[in-house]
Amino acid sequence: MSEKPIGWKGKKIKEMLEESNDLFNETQHYYGIDTLKFKEHDPFRYERAYASLRGALVSARETALHVAASPIVKEIGELCFALYTPEGDSIVVSTGILVHVHTMSEAIKFMIREDYEDDPGINPGDIFLNNDPDCGNVHTTDVQTIIPIFWEDELIGWAGGVTHEIDIGGITPGHVLMSSIQRFDDGVYYTCKKIGSNNRIWKDHMITAKKSVRTPMYWELDEKCRLAGDLMISDAVIEFIKIEGIDYYKQFIREAIEEGTRIFKKRVIERLIPGRYRAVSFIDQVGEWEAWQPKAKVNKIYNQPLEIISDENGKLNLSFDGASACGYNSVNCGVGALSGATWVLLTQILIYGDKVNDGAYFAVNNYFPKGSWANPGDPYLSYQNPWANLIPAYSCMMKCLSYGLFSRGYREEVFSGYGLTRDAIQGGGRYNAGPLEGQLWMLSTFEISGQGLGASAVRDGLNWGYAMWNPESDLGDVETWELFQGGVPYLARKVKPNNAGHGKYRGGSNYGGIAFVANSKDVEFFGIAEGLVFSGAGGMHGGYPQPTAYRLIAKNTNLKEIFENQQDYPLWDPDPANGEFERLLKGDIIRKPYAQMYPISLDNYDMFHWCMSGGPGYGDPLERDVKSVEQDLNDGIYTEEKVNYIYGVVAKFNKEKEEWIIDEKATQERRKEILNERKEKSMTFEEFWEKERNKIVENQLIKPVKRMYKESLELSDKWKKNFLEFWNLPEDFTVEVD
Amino acid sequence: MVKYDKKTLEMMIEGKLSWEELRLIISGRKDADRFEKILEILQERVSWPEKIILPLHEHLYIVLKENNRIVKCDCGFEFGNYNENWKTKCRVRVRDTFETIEELYLKDMGSDPTWQELREYLCPGCFTLLDVEAVPPGYPTTFNFLPDIDTFYEKWLGKQAPDK
Repeated sequence: MSEKPIGWKGKKIKEMLEESNDLFNETQHYYGIDTLKFKEHDPFRYERAYASLRGALVSARETALHVAASPIVKEIGELCFALYTPEGDSIVVSTGILVHVHTMSEAIKFMIREDYEDDPGINPGDIFLNNDPDCGNVHTTDVQTIIPIFWEDELIGWAGGVTHEIDIGGITPGHVLMSSIQRFDDGVYYTCKKIGSNNRIWKDHMITAKKSVRTPMYWELDEKCRLAGDLMISDAVIEFIKIEGIDYYKQFIREAIEEGTRIFKKRVIERLIPGRYRAVSFIDQVGEWEAWQPKAKVNKIYNQPLEIISDENGKLNLSFDGASACGYNSVNCGVGALSGATWVLLTQILIYGDKVNDGAYFAVNNYFPKGSWANPGDPYLSYQNPWANLIPAYSCMMKCLSYGLFSRGYREEVFSGYGLTRDAIQGGGRYNAGPLEGQLWMLSTFEISGQGLGASAVRDGLNWGYAMWNPESDLGDVETWELFQGGVPYLARKVKPNNAGHGKYRGGSNYGGIAFVANSKDVEFFGIAEGLVFSGAGGMHGGYPQPTAYRLIAKNTNLKEIFENQQDYPLWDPDPANGEFERLLKGDIIRKPYAQMYPISLDNYDMFHWCMSGGPGYGDPLERDVKSVEQDLNDGIYTEEKVNYIYGVVAKFNKEKEEWIIDEKATQERRKEILNERKEKSMTFEEFWEKERNKIVENQLIKPVKRMYKESLELSDKWKKNFLEFWNLPEDFTVEVD
Repeated sequence: MVKYDKKTLEMMIEGKLSWEELRLIISGRKDADRFEKILEILQERVSWPEKIILPLHEHLYIVLKENNRIVKCDCGFEFGNYNENWKTKCRVRVRDTFETIEELYLKDMGSDPTWQELREYLCPGCFTLLDVEAVPPGYPTTFNFLPDIDTFYEKWLGKQAPDK
């Protein structure tokens, strides 16, 4: 036990945390600060102070990833750092995977609430490691190193860094494990564990940690990377205090967070409209067909309804009331991860370019219903792939805020949503030939960081360049991915046609890839993506959702003979109905309309295809400028058949010029024809309501749909009331799953 | 204070600004008079006389008609009180078969209709596609946005709503 409290003015840090919470609840100001004294009296000093810390954080990140880091961390910056108050609230952040800034805040608060000050003690030079979703983390694969910062004998803050690992020693190789259904499948767990002292990581910890994962070298590199960054931040804070003084520092960090809250509320009032916003998204789970564990053999659709109330004071109130139940699969999501998601999207939509810290967190109320996927309350479930729920669910937030931005006139800030971070193909194997013979390799391609962004109200969505959890998304280089996944060399990566959500402004497009297994044995392969439902909240104002993923694998192929004979092999899968695999390969070609696949074994010369997501569209496709459609055809974004049917654009390929040319007259006629088709094939809302209601009352729903309704009706009285009222169903209405 | 002229905003609405021009607007400070200017531009563009209180959608507006706040399409079709979901006045096309979904998406790249259907909400006046919902069969129609108009005008803009 520490001899004397490490908090300020002789207090324990738990007392400081309680005091902070009480003052906020009482005054709605961070630490009860109602005036920004420093900012008002000497704004230049205040801004310089903030900028110097911000610079130190960015510098720490950029330097640390060059000190030591695994390929994922170094190539696309899968890391971030933040500086926290003694109570665990972020003051200033680096760039990078910012979704984790608030998750580390929760980890620090966990240590404070669990009296770490007494046992195991919090001392200068201590090092703590956390990757437990029950303490705020997203999933075990995101690993956090957190160190306390002291000035004399007082704790004056924490530095935290997080990196994403290539492998976490779970039930199978990989970083987002499909087959994990309980905590004990999730890989190695560190629950805010002390792993070092005197600024050195203990040897016994490093030995254990490296034996706990399949990529020990990368684990060690990333641990050193995080610690290096944390120590740089600690040094920068000490230097800051030497310049500005400890009294200035103590007041400044609290004012900076209070200012963060004020900036957020001001932005809401400046850019949105008060009122009620709603959107809904879904994800499919195909355990019944894929899981090997009996209790995981359930097919589900996850209901992800979001309501946001923007109140008159600029505060946002988010609620996932009505969300589906948690379960024995990997897609359960902890509260810390959801708070982090709220925070990271707000930094992109509303508070970019200003003081980004936990001030925004204090300006938002969240409701995550207990027992749902959005707050299971059960640490023994698996939290390995919370992203499957979190990412599409938060596209609802982007869409909701976009309704407000649109009405306020800021159309350039509108985004209809974004593509799911997929197609997460994973697995691993062992080299059985070549210079690395005998070594393990992991398939953890991180080109999943570059998905399609949804269209805005004034332009098309960004192609292959968005990840909701990292504002600096990047596909990375194939050559880097092949460093650690050399057992599956790429054969091709090409733009996938018809992969962008349709609309007046189309969503971002994306690539498909082809790889094969080489020089390896004991190869496991699995994949995660949506497949039977569209991911996310769909398009906006008449735009369509982006396409779904599917699974395509070829086993027992003749690829070796094809190589030897220098024949053509598949470079893409542009049309699943007329497959290139089927045309060019001999072997067992497996196509599945869903894309969540439990691990299978692959052998040398087996092949697979995967595809990154497009983004959703905005506006009626019939209003898309025909010249833009012509460009889409020439860029291979869409095919002639689809632009004719959806955009009403008639085009002919000019063989001499090798380009598509629009027939404008025929296009006008075709667009009129589509408007007439809409009249003929649509019905009144009353007819629709009757027909749709019959699907419920006449038992026309399949089991996963019924299960979704049953869970939402049982978990939420409010959602139940709305459902029954909308369909005019009796109060005792229930849904039974056969 | 940042301000944009009417022509620039008109070009932005029409999607005619170059990326270089648009990027400056996106990354710059916002113009505080945007709402009023956009309202003025939109009011000039519609063919009907009712005053627009709030733009709701690419084609829909909350307007003042005989002291009622109603939702109106730029084609002139009226959807009724803004407190009620305008989608319930739409014509609807449901794509709930593989055949109709694969008209839009390639095989295996659209939803399985037994898991999720597409609903296209069309304006009964001009048949513009106003919204697409991708939801499981039997899911209630979503009421996406109900603005608090009085709080917006009185508390956030510091003036009375046009009908007050």
